[in-house]
Amino acid sequence: MSEMTVCEKILSRTSGQESVRPGEIIEARPDLAMSHDNTYLVYRSFKEVGASRLKDPSSIVVVLDHRAPASTVNSANTQRFIREIVNRLGIENFFDIGTGICHQLLIERGLVKPGMLILGTDSHSTTYGSIGAMGTGIGATDMASVWSKGSLWLKVPATIRVEITGATPKGVFAKDLALILVGKLGVMGADYCCIEFYGEYISNTSISERMTLCNMAAEAGAKSAIVPSGSGSKDNLSIQSCSIPDKNATYLTSLRIDSQTAEPIVAVPPSVDNVVSVRSVEGTKIDQAFLGSCTNGRLDDLAIAASMLNGKKVRSSTRLIITPASSEIYLAAAKEGILEILVRSGAVVTNPGCGPCLGAHQGILADGETCISSSNRNFRGRMGSRDAEIYLASPATVVASAIEGKIADPRRYLE
Amino acid sequence: MICGRVWKFGNDIDTDVIIPGRYLDNYSPKHLAKHVMEGVDIDFHSKVSEGDFIVAEKHFGIGSSREQAVIALKAAGIRVLLAESFARIFYRNAVNHGLLPLVCPNCSEVFETGEKICIDLEKGIIFSSEKPEKKLDFQQLPTPIARIVEAGGLINILKSEIQEPSKK
Repeated sequence: MSEMTVCEKILSRTSGQESVRPGEIIEARPDLAMSHDNTYLVYRSFKEVGASRLKDPSSIVVVLDHRAPASTVNSANTQRFIREIVNRLGIENFFDIGTGICHQLLIERGLVKPGMLILGTDSHSTTYGSIGAMGTGIGATDMASVWSKGSLWLKVPATIRVEITGATPKGVFAKDLALILVGKLGVMGADYCCIEFYGEYISNTSISERMTLCNMAAEAGAKSAIVPSGSGSKDNLSIQSCSIPDKNATYLTSLRIDSQTAEPIVAVPPSVDNVVSVRSVEGTKIDQAFLGSCTNGRLDDLAIAASMLNGKKVRSSTRLIITPASSEIYLAAAKEGILEILVRSGAVVTNPGCGPCLGAHQGILADGETCISSSNRNFRGRMGSRDAEIYLASPATVVASAIEGKIADPRRYLE
Repeated sequence: MICGRVWKFGNDIDTDVIIPGRYLDNYSPKHLAKHVMEGVDIDFHSKVSEGDFIVAEKHFGIGSSREQAVIALKAAGIRVLLAESFARIFYRNAVNHGLLPLVCPNCSEVFETGEKICIDLEKGIIFSSEKPEKKLDFQQLPTPIARIVEAGGLINILKSEIQEPSKK
C-alpha cells in the first residue's frame, strides 16, 4: 500500500478505498457536514433533487451566524424558514443566532475530532484542520448531495508541507504568519492543495492560533489545511489514525516560514496576498477598526485588545467594532473583565457571529472609508461600499490602529 | 458547437465582486442577476445578454463559497466561462449548475470584448467566428466533471440516483 499524507488517508478512509492519489476524483462520505445561513439554498437543491429525508441526520450541522440577528425582512424570513426545516428534518445539531460563528462552534463544542472529514458550505471550513481534521469548503448544491445521499464527489488534493520555525518576536502573531504565508503562496498558490503545518512554532502554539493559520490558508486557495495531530480524542482510533501522515508520504512542495525574524504585517487592499510590513503603511488614516470573525474573534484576541486598551480610549475619529466569535467567548470575556475594559475604551461590542466581515450588517463601510480588520478578506466591496478600502492585520495591529486613528505598529502598546 | 459574445475581465475577479455580500439575503436569481459583477462594472447587468461568454485572466471566482455567484452569472445569461484559472469552490459551483468553466491559457490575450467566439467541445478548440484563424486550445474537462456539466448540473444526476432506489 502506498504511503499517504493526512488528506490522502482521510479521503481513502471516507471513500472506502485502500489508497487514493492526488488528482483522482472520488466519492467521499463526510463525518460532519455544516451549512450556515445558506442552508436555504441547500434545501432548495435538496427539494429539487426530489429528496425528502436526510441520509444521515446525525452528521448534519446548521448554524445561523452570517446575519445574526436578521438584518432585513428577507433574512428574517430565510432564518424562520431554516428553523422550520431544521425541525422537520430532525437536525439536532442546530445553533441559532447569537451562539457564534460556525467554525468556532464546531470546534468549541467538540464536534470536530482529529482524522474526520468535514464538509462545510463556507470557504473557511479549512479551520477544522487546527485539530487534525480535514475541513473543506463546498457549495450549497454540493451539500444537497451530502444531505440526500450522504456523499459527494471530491478531487484528491496534493499536499504542500509548510514548516514554521520557532517562537515569534513581540507583536507578531499567528495572523501575521498567515499573511506571510498567503503573500508567499499568492491567492491561488495552494489551489486544489492541502497544506500540512509543521515546525517548532506549530508544536508550541495554541489551538486558537492554529485555527487562525488553517482558516487563512483558504486565502491561498487551499482546499484544506491541517496540523497533523494524534493527540486529542481518545475514541474512534481508526478515524484518529488518519490525522498523522505516513512516514514516506509524497509532498508536492515544501515551504519554510522564518517566524523568529517576522514582523507585524498588513494585507493592503484589494488583495490578501498584497502583504507589506505594518511599518511601511504606518500613518494611513482609518475610519473603522474591526476585531472579530472566524479568523480572530477568540478569547486570546479579546484579551490582547483589553491589555492594550486598558485605561486608553479609541480615537474619536475612529470606530472600533468588536465581535466575539461565540457566546462562550463572550461570557468568558465578561467574567474576566475584558468586556468592561473594551466598552469603557469606546469600542462597540456586538453579539457573537460573523459581524461586519461580509458586509451584511453591524458595521458596513461608507463610500471612501478605510477599515483595518482582523478578518480574512479585503476584496473590493467586501464590507460595504465598493469605494471603501480594507487592510487586514492581527488583532494587536487593529487595536493599536484604533487607538491612534491610523495604521499603527502594535509593538509600542505591548509589554 | 457553442457560440457567444465575449465580455472580458482581468485577474482576481473574486466572489465579492461577482455578487457582493449585501445582496445575499434575497435568493431570487433575477434579483442576484441585477447586481452581477457590480464590483467591477456597475452597469454589467444591463449590457449582458442571454448566451454571452466571460473571458477572464487568472483566479476567476476566488473567495467565498457563495453559490449565488454562479446563480447570478447564469441568471444574467452567461453560458460559458473561459479563464486562465478558476478558484476551486467557484469551479465546483459552476460545474454543479451546468455552467461550463473552461481553463484556457492566453484566452484573455487573444479575444476581445464584443467579439463572437465559438467552442468546439469535441476538438477542444475555441475560435473567433469572424476570424477563424484566431484560435486556441482549451483543457478538456476530466470525464467525471464533463458528465455533470453534460447532465445540466449535479441536481439532475442526484435526481436519478435518489429516485432510482425508491422505484425498486
